[in-house]
Amino acid sequence: MQTGTDIDRVFAALADPTRRDIVRRSIAGQEGVAELADHYPMSFAAVQKHVAVLERAGLVTKQRIGRRKVVRTHADGLAAARRVLDHYEELWRGRIDRMADLITEDTEGTDKTRETQA
Amino acid sequence: MTVTAVRKDPDALTLTLTAEFDASPERVWQLWADPRQLERWWGPPTYPATFTRHDLAPGSRVEYHMTGPEGDQPRGYWDVLEVDPPRSLAFRDGFANEDGSPNEELPQTIARVTIADIGGGRTRMSIESVFPSAEAMEQIVAMGVEEGLTQAVGQIDAILAEDAVVRRS
Repeated sequence: MQTGTDIDRVFAALADPTRRDIVRRSIAGQEGVAELADHYPMSFAAVQKHVAVLERAGLVTKQRIGRRKVVRTHADGLAAARRVLDHYEELWRGRIDRMADLITEDTEGTDKTRETQA
Repeated sequence: MTVTAVRKDPDALTLTLTAEFDASPERVWQLWADPRQLERWWGPPTYPATFTRHDLAPGSRVEYHMTGPEGDQPRGYWDVLEVDPPRSLAFRDGFANEDGSPNEELPQTIARVTIADIGGGRTRMSIESVFPSAEAMEQIVAMGVEEGLTQAVGQIDAILAEDAVVRRS
């Protein structure tokens, strides 16, 4: 379990659009800080700072590949899977509720679909 | 309650929802087969969907976009895999680029819909979503962070509060 402070740190880290973009780009774990810096209109030092904030929040790690050091998004695979499944459950529950509403409309006689069925 | 069961398997990367409707299988099938009806439930009220190409035949592609409150139009597509009206439908659901072409970099999910008459004028529909890999899950989470997916799991207050703090500093 994460403590309150850990979660605060994660949200603070993700509140910045550049840092969110770094998290997204680093899933593949191909780029070092210098390569990442090329994507943004800011200095290498500024990007390095963003990466440091993400590292402290546990969202990315630096990994050595040969002589290079790359930034990789650190995600607990299973936790990620749970979050995605939770999200898709919400998504489909919303869809199914709207489907049920459409079916209810049939019986209430306010169904506009008859026009489109012809 | 319309939704009668939910099964989530993080190891198998599968989500299954089962729902029951007071309607015939044909009526439930129509929700998928008639694009004008599909548009009324596929997207949330804040992101209504418009289906610009819709032909439920194996091998065909369905194309749609959604329109957000800011006028943003995320695009998506289905590659239809199996169709057996009014009993089943399977399709690959993916994200599309601005020109409508499939975005191969983003993960696709496979959706399998089964519709069955359970008597008494009622129909059971189950939807199984299968995700390709754990890495795809991470990718969806990271994307969702950007698009406010976290809001859906009830963490919006924390994000907004932190956002305000960061902007002030």
